Amino acid sequence: MSILGTRVVRTEDPLFLTRGAVYTDDLADPRLAGALHATIVRSTVAHGQVLSVDTSAALEAPGVVAVVTAADLTGLDPLPAGAPNVNQAMTRPWLAADTVRFVGDMVAVVLTEERYQGEDAAELVVVDIDPLPAVIGTEAAARDDVLLFPEAGTNVVAALGGPAPEDLFDGCEVVVTQRVVNQRVAPVPLETRAASAVWGEDGRVTVFCSNQGAQQAKGQIAGWLGLDPALVHLVTPDVGGGFGAKIGADPEFALVVWLAQHVGRAVRWSESRSENLLGMVHGRAQDQVVTVGGSRDGTITAYSLEIDQDSGAYPRFGPVLPGLTMLMAPGTYAFPRVHARARALATSTTSIGAYRGAGRPEATAAVERAVDLFAAEIGMDPADVRRKNLVPAFDTPFTTATGAVYDSGDYTAALDRVLAAAGYEQLRAEQAACRARGDVRQLGIGMACYVEITGANTGFGTVEEAELEVHADGTATVLTGTSPHGQGHATTWAMIASDQLGIPVEKITVLHGDTDRVPRGGGTMGSRSLQQGGAAVHQAAGELVALAKKRAAELLEANPEDLVVDLAAAGLAVRGTPGTGISFADLAAEEQLLVHTTFSAAAPTFPFGAHLVVVETDVESGKAQVVRIVTVDDAGTIVNPLLADGQRHGGIAQGVAQALLEEVLYDPDGNPQTSTLADYPFVSATELPDFELVEMATPTRMNPLGAKGIGEAGTIGSTPAVQNAVVDSVAHLGVRHIDMPATPMRVWRAVQQAQQEGN
Amino acid sequence: MIPAPFEYVRASSVEEALAALAEHGEDAKLIAGGHSLLPIMKLRLAVPSVLVDISGIRELSYVRVDGDGADAVVAIGALTRHHELETSDVARAEVGLLPHVAGRVGDPQVRHRGTLGGTVAHCDPASDLPTALLALGGDVVLAGPGGRRTVPVTEFFLGFFETAMDDGEMIVELRVPRLGDAGWGYEKFTRRENDWPIVAAAAVAGRDGGAARVALANMAGTVLRATATEQALAGGASIAEAAALAAEGTSPTSDMHADAEYRSHLARLLTRRALETATTPISVAA
Amino acid sequence: MHVTITVNGRQRTEDVEPRLLLAHFLRDVCGLTATNIGCDSTSCGACTVIVDGLTVKSCTVLAVQSEGAQVTTCEGLAAPDGTLHPVQEAFRTEHGLQCGFCTPGMVMASIGVLADNPDPTDREVREGLEGNLCRCTGYHNIVRAVRTAAQAGPSAGRVPQTQEVHS
Repeated sequence: MSILGTRVVRTEDPLFLTRGAVYTDDLADPRLAGALHATIVRSTVAHGQVLSVDTSAALEAPGVVAVVTAADLTGLDPLPAGAPNVNQAMTRPWLAADTVRFVGDMVAVVLTEERYQGEDAAELVVVDIDPLPAVIGTEAAARDDVLLFPEAGTNVVAALGGPAPEDLFDGCEVVVTQRVVNQRVAPVPLETRAASAVWGEDGRVTVFCSNQGAQQAKGQIAGWLGLDPALVHLVTPDVGGGFGAKIGADPEFALVVWLAQHVGRAVRWSESRSENLLGMVHGRAQDQVVTVGGSRDGTITAYSLEIDQDSGAYPRFGPVLPGLTMLMAPGTYAFPRVHARARALATSTTSIGAYRGAGRPEATAAVERAVDLFAAEIGMDPADVRRKNLVPAFDTPFTTATGAVYDSGDYTAALDRVLAAAGYEQLRAEQAACRARGDVRQLGIGMACYVEITGANTGFGTVEEAELEVHADGTATVLTGTSPHGQGHATTWAMIASDQLGIPVEKITVLHGDTDRVPRGGGTMGSRSLQQGGAAVHQAAGELVALAKKRAAELLEANPEDLVVDLAAAGLAVRGTPGTGISFADLAAEEQLLVHTTFSAAAPTFPFGAHLVVVETDVESGKAQVVRIVTVDDAGTIVNPLLADGQRHGGIAQGVAQALLEEVLYDPDGNPQTSTLADYPFVSATELPDFELVEMATPTRMNPLGAKGIGEAGTIGSTPAVQNAVVDSVAHLGVRHIDMPATPMRVWRAVQQAQQEGN
Repeated sequence: MIPAPFEYVRASSVEEALAALAEHGEDAKLIAGGHSLLPIMKLRLAVPSVLVDISGIRELSYVRVDGDGADAVVAIGALTRHHELETSDVARAEVGLLPHVAGRVGDPQVRHRGTLGGTVAHCDPASDLPTALLALGGDVVLAGPGGRRTVPVTEFFLGFFETAMDDGEMIVELRVPRLGDAGWGYEKFTRRENDWPIVAAAAVAGRDGGAARVALANMAGTVLRATATEQALAGGASIAEAAALAAEGTSPTSDMHADAEYRSHLARLLTRRALETATTPISVAA
Repeated sequence: MHVTITVNGRQRTEDVEPRLLLAHFLRDVCGLTATNIGCDSTSCGACTVIVDGLTVKSCTVLAVQSEGAQVTTCEGLAAPDGTLHPVQEAFRTEHGLQCGFCTPGMVMASIGVLADNPDPTDREVREGLEGNLCRCTGYHNIVRAVRTAAQAGPSAGRVPQTQEVHS
C-alpha cells in the first residue's frame, strides 16, 4: 500500500517540541556573535513634513554605536512603486527625509551593543514633524483633496477594468445592490519579522530572515541595494508563520544588510509585536459594491463587483490584490453577465500585502453575500438559489465570464454533501422553532460555496525545482524551492520520495531556504507548494529510479526494462527473480546517485468547496457565537490527510476571525487603534467550535499527484459562511446585511435599525 | 518591548515596604503580581524609578473568616492571588461571587500572578474584582506611615485610576461581609473570553431585608454602583423596571469596542440578567 | 543585581539588570530559545513557562522576581533518554502544531490545564488555553492533543521532578 494518502505524523515535530524550532531571532550562529542590535525609530504621525531628526542625545546613550537617518543613506535609490500599471511616482524612501505617510514609516535606525539599549536610545531620537491631514479610508483618498504623493497628481495607485456596460442589468426582474466592506486585518504570524546580516571577508553577505521564499527575498534585497545577486547568500531559518505577509523581503531586511556593511559589523533586528502591527503589511481592505440581478424563480443573470482597494501608504500588493478578486468574481456560479472593476488608492496607513487567500476571499465574500441578498429579496432558500446558479459539474476546463479557466469541479455535489452532513433541513426546523418561541438566542445558518485559484503564476511561473540524492548509507536528501513555515514539507516531500523509492520517511532529509544550496525556487505562497514543489519531488523520484535502472542494468547485466522497484528493499530487482536486486544505497556507493529536475505545472488549479456555519446570536446583546462549522474542501488528491486537515482548520479559524472579530482600526488622524494584541482581537480557542470536516476529492489533471492547493481554502469558505450565518440569525427581525467584523454592537444596531424601519 | 531602567527593592515585610516607599517617595511604585504594572511599563506609559517588590510578603496571602456570628467578615490578604481566591474553599462558601469573578479575570497565567490588592490599587474602570467588591461592600485596610486605617470599598474608588489611598500607603487586606444565603450574579460582556469587559455588572441580592446592590464596570472613569437601580429596587420596583435605570448617573466612553449608547444598553441588559441570577434560588449555579 | 533561579533543574546565579524580563533571562542568558515572545501585552502566551508549579507568562515577570524559583521550560520536559512528555507526545500524534512558534508555550499551558483538571472537557480545555494564541491550527488539534494527553493519566499534568540542585 502506498504511503501517500496516509496520516503520517511530522518528522519536524520532535525537535520543535523539545528544543523548539530555531527562528531568526533564536540563531546562535557564530558569525552573529557580537552583532549589533538595530532598533527602528518610526513615525508617530500619520502624514506630515519631517522638519528635523535630532540624533545627538541618542548618540550619547549607553551602548549606541550609530544612529542612521536618511542623510546617511546616500547612493540608494528609493524603493520602486511596483508593476508598470502602478503610478510610478509612488516610490518609498528607505528612511523618511521629507514626508512621512503612515504611523510606522521608518525615520531612523539606532545601532546598539545590547538589545535593551536600543529601546532606550530610540526614545532619545527627536523627530520633529509638521503634521498634514491624514488620508483615511478609500472615500477620502478618492476625493484627492489631500495627496500622499503630490508629484503623482492623484491618490489612485492603479485602475483595473472599465465601466460596466449600461445594459448589464437589462431584463432583470429583481436587482439588489449593497455596499460591502471587506475590512483591513492584520496577518499576525506569531513570529514577528526578524533579520540579521553579516558580511564576510570574501565580500559576500549572509542574510538570515523570516520569509516565505528565500530566492525571491534574495532577489529583492540584491535588486533594491544594487548588489550583485551572487554576493548575497540568504538563509531562511525556521519561520513562525507567514500567511502571505512574509512573501519576499521587507525593506527592513535590506536595511539590515546595508547597515551591516555601513558599520562593518554583523547586525540583527527583530521587531516587537507593536512594531509588527504597524510595520508588517496588512491584508484585505476592500470597499466593494455588489449588484446582482435576475428573476424571481431564483435565476441570476447579471452580477457586478466594484472595488475600491485601500492600498496603504506605499504600493506593494495592494494594486495586485483586486486583480485576483476580479478574476474570481463570479466564483462557483454560471452567471451569464459579469462585470468587475477596481481601483487601488493610497492612504495614510500601513501598506497592504497578501494575506491568506489574497484577493480570492474578497471575491467569495462579495458574491456569497450577493447571492444571500438576492435570495432574501425573492424569499427563496439560499441553498436553492445556489443550486440554481452553480456551474454544473465539469471535468474538462471551464472558462468563466471573467476569463478564469477552472480545471475541474462539482460544486453542487460539494454543497449537497455539506448540507447533508450538517442536517440542513433539521437545522432550518430548529431555527423556525427558535423564531416561533422568540428565544433570546436565535439560530443563524449560513453557507458559502467557493472556488479559488491555487498555484497561480504570480510572476515566477508555475514551475518548481527539486534535487534528490540517495546516499550510500541508505538515507536520502531532497532539496526544494518551496519554503515551509508550518506546512510540513519535510514530512510530505519525504513521503512523496519514499513512495517511489521505498526509503523510509525518517531517513529522508528535506532541505530548503538556503540560496547557496537551492539557487532557484518559488517559495511557499498561493497554495502552490504541493502541486508544484511536491510534484517536482515526485518527478525527481521517477527520474532517480530511471537513472538507477540504467546503472543497475550494467551492474546486474540485465535489461533496464526488466528492472522493477523493490520498495521493501529500497532498491531495484529483476522482475520475477527474487534476491537478485541492488539497493539504491549500494548504487550510490558505486557512483553519486543524484537527479535535479524542474517540474512545470500545466496550469493553475481551482480547489472548491462549500461551508455551512451555525451561529447562536443573543439578540438582546447582539453577540454571535459560532456553534458549528461543517466544511467540504475539495483539493483533489490528498497526500497527507493529517496535515491537509490541519491546513483546513487553520484556514477556517482565520475566516471566523475576520467575520466576527478582527479589524485594524485607525482614528481620523491616522493613529492606529489596534497596535497591540491587547487591542487587536486575535481569535482565541474560546471563540471557536470543533470543526466538522467532510471529505471530497476530485483529482486534477494539472499535475501527476492530482493535487490542488489547500492552504487558503478554509479561510475563503468560512469567512462568508460565518457572515451569512450572523445575518441569517437576525434576518427574521428584518436585517439584510451586516458588515464584517459582525461585532455585537453592529449586530445589535442592525436589529435596532431594522425594527425602527419596520415600525 | 522592555521597561525603562529602574531600581529594584525587595521587601519581605509590610514594614520594609512602607520604609522603602517613604525613602523613595512618589517615584517608587509597589509591584505585586505585576500584571497591571509591567505591561504599561513595557509600553513606557509608566516609568517608575524604583520598584518595591512586595510579592514575597507571603503573610499577606490568606482567605479566612474573621470574627464571630453576625460581625464575622471574610478577610482576604492583599497579596492573595486570583488563582488562590478562585480556589479558596472559604471564599467559595462565604462570598461566592468573589471567587467566581476571580476565575473570570484574564487567563490562567494572569490569575496565577495577579493579586487582589494589586487589582484594587490599580483601579482600572474595567476591572472585574473591584466591581464585585463594590457589589459586596466591605472595607479596604491600608497600612501607612501613620499606622493602619480602614476605608469602605464604596469610598475607595474615586476616579480614573484614582483611589483613596495616599502616597506611602499600601493595601494589606480586604474585609468582605459574608453573603450568607444571599444570591449573586455576575455578567461580564466581552468579545473574547479573556478580554477586559466592555461592560460588566455584579449583583448581590438583599441581605437581612436590605436592598440588592449592583455595581458596574466600564461605565465611567471608575467602577461604580448602579444607584438608580438600587434605589428603585429598594422602593419595590421589579427587576425589569429597576434594571432599565442602570445607566443613569453613569458616564460611559465611546471607543473602538463600543460607543456610549451601546454601553448604556449593555449596562441595562447585564444588570437585569445579573439581578435575575442573584434572585434565582439556585444562584450559585453560575 | 544577583539572582538565583533553578531552570530545568539547574541552579543558575547571574548578575542581571532589574528590568530583565524572565523571558529574556531564559532566552538570552540561559540560551533556552524554545520559549518565544510573540507580543508586548501579556496576550499571546508564547512565553508561558512553569514557575514553582504554576504557568506564568515569562514576558510579564522580572527575572529578579523569580529569585529562588524553580522554572521549567519546554526544554525541560522530555526524559533524559528523549522520551517525550505525554503532552509533547500528544501534540505530535494529533498534529497540534504547525509553525511551532506558539507550541512551547502552548505545551506548558496545556500541562497547567491538566494539572488543574486531569480530565477536562473540550470546553474546559479551550477555556484553560484562553491565554495562548495560535495562528496556524485553529486550536482544533491542540484541543484534541490535550484530551489525548489526559488519557496518559496524572503524569500529563506534571513537570519532571528536577528539584536536585546542580551548580
